[in-house]
Amino acid sequence: MSGCADVTDNGAAISVTGIARDFEAGGQTLRVLHGIDLDVQAGQLTYLVGESGSGKTTLISIVAGILYPTEGCVRVFGTDIYSLSDRALVEFRLNTIGFIFQQYNLIPTIDAASNAAVPLIAQGMNREEATERGRTMLERLGIGDQAGKLPSQMSGGQQQRVAIARALVHEPKLVVCDEPTAALDAKSGRRVMDLLREVAVASDRSVIIVTHDNRIFDLADRILIMEDGRITHDGTDVPANER
Amino acid sequence: MIWIAIRMLTGDRQKFYGLVFGIAFSTLLITQQLTIFVNLLNRGATAVHNIATVDVWVMDPVSRTQDVVFPLPSTALDQVRSVPGVAWAVPHLRAGAAVRTPDGDLEGVTVVGVDDTTLIGLPRNLIAGTRDDLSVPSSVFVDDVGRTRLFPEDVDPIGARLELNDQRAVVRGIVDVDPSFTSQVVLYTRYSNALNYVPGTRNRLSFVLARAAPGVAPEELVRRIETQTGLKARTREDFAQDGVTFIIENTGIPINFGITVALGFIVGIAIVGLTFSLFIRDNIKQFGALKAIGVHNGKIRAMVAAQAGLVGLIGYGLGVLMATLFISIGGATSVDFKGFYTPWQIPLLTLLAVALIILGTGWVALRRVLKTEPAAVFR
Ligand SMILES: Nc1ncnc2c1ncn2[C@@H]1O[C@H](COP(=O)(O)OP(=O)(O)O)[C@@H](O)[C@H]1O
Ligand SMILES: [Mg+2]
Repeated sequence: MSGCADVTDNGAAISVTGIARDFEAGGQTLRVLHGIDLDVQAGQLTYLVGESGSGKTTLISIVAGILYPTEGCVRVFGTDIYSLSDRALVEFRLNTIGFIFQQYNLIPTIDAASNAAVPLIAQGMNREEATERGRTMLERLGIGDQAGKLPSQMSGGQQQRVAIARALVHEPKLVVCDEPTAALDAKSGRRVMDLLREVAVASDRSVIIVTHDNRIFDLADRILIMEDGRITHDGTDVPANER
Repeated sequence: MIWIAIRMLTGDRQKFYGLVFGIAFSTLLITQQLTIFVNLLNRGATAVHNIATVDVWVMDPVSRTQDVVFPLPSTALDQVRSVPGVAWAVPHLRAGAAVRTPDGDLEGVTVVGVDDTTLIGLPRNLIAGTRDDLSVPSSVFVDDVGRTRLFPEDVDPIGARLELNDQRAVVRGIVDVDPSFTSQVVLYTRYSNALNYVPGTRNRLSFVLARAAPGVAPEELVRRIETQTGLKARTREDFAQDGVTFIIENTGIPINFGITVALGFIVGIAIVGLTFSLFIRDNIKQFGALKAIGVHNGKIRAMVAAQAGLVGLIGYGLGVLMATLFISIGGATSVDFKGFYTPWQIPLLTLLAVALIILGTGWVALRRVLKTEPAAVFR
């Protein structure tokens, strides 16, 4: 059973204990995560790497409060998130977590500043103020001049920077990114990763990035490698044979 | 978030216009067809509506409507006059005849014979001529729609000579009335004249028109006339309704209009349903992202409702506007729509149909959005 009833809070920013997750596929139950334990500290940039199908997306979905684990406990800044009601969990995500998706998922018919402001608008801030903050965040990400453009008028790298602005605008304590550079060319990918390192990482915030991109490992504080639903490596660098 | 929802929709021009068009088209079709339907039905009662002062129509027991009439014996008039509570009673004739126009064409007409002295039975409003002109021998008044059938547009019908049943008739007035269901030309003349204009010789009293004395309810007078004379009597309202019912029961009109209205509804559902589900499909990733970020289902519901509601309101407004324009332009340019009006129940009924379309398609769309797992955005 999932839940943190038997798990004492160890004070880590993110604390994952005994997480398992099953999927039903073709009448069979498939276990894709096998009892994962993981603590993540605030102020750190963590990379989660591993082959396709190893369970990275499943794991950060669970950490980010959008996928219920089959077993185990997830604490995010002290909150046992899966004991919250549905409504409270949604509210928790809105206030605590920033999301960056591979496909950006910007709203195509509103401009960059408005897109960046979405979490604030969802929190109930009035639109003018929210958009102003969205614009400020775009400036920090070096695309202040694009604030009035629609997503379709921007390059992929620029769109992903708008998505980063959206993930940071409400100053969440946890930021999760699933393959944020997968749809970008090497140069824009590097730029996006540099920006995440510079802008996203803060002393009271954890950033977890799922990535394939082994050219940018040098930016991470910590690197986790997953294989078949288990974490097989945990360190400040990758083993030589993975390079 | 409502602002975002509205922008999501209006920013997608093609689909937004498609949706508005779908609703507007449905609204136009339903409103316009219902309006024509109701007004056509009402034309089954125009002969009754056109004579305002009459409370009770008396007729042979087998007569059914203004145009489905079996003649009364001439004694019926005195019988009705002798019923207590009758303020006055006058003879009234409606009969078919053939008229020869100045050009030599033959045209079917309805001859209406009104009371010789009081002219009761002649509609109130005249476009040309005065009521006194009907007292001149051989005078007939023509209805303004029928006039266009008998005479070319540029010919002044006043003074024109017609030939009815080998008798001479002279047009001396034009009556402003709504046409009857059949739109047949109506010639009004004095009762004594009318007897000469219609073929046959006996029993040519179609109706006795009666007025109730002050303090006597028309329903009560109907009862008294029927018991005392053995004739059939109907109040003005009931007889008007009889004309409408006759059309409903004896023509394919209700079915035809029913089919068109249903088509308008179905086409609306099809266009709006398909377009809206395309719109949702195109935006499902965005909705998923919003759910992951932390927009709860209540707000998602409000967003989809705002999108559907906006489409419904604009589309309905446009549709009603178009239908109103259609009816008023039609009424102004074509005699076929003379006197057409839209009773308030019709826009309301259409609103209900639009609400059904919007609720139906909105609900399907919403289910899809609500079912989307936030985790799906990472896939
Ligand atoms: N919704 C799902 N239903 C069934 N199987 C799933 C589902 N999501 C993920 N899986 C399976 O779980 C395993 C891990 O997937 P995922 O976490 O996406 O891996 P990664 O992100 O490392 O590529 C894969 O074998 C995948 O097929
Ligand atoms: Mg993945």
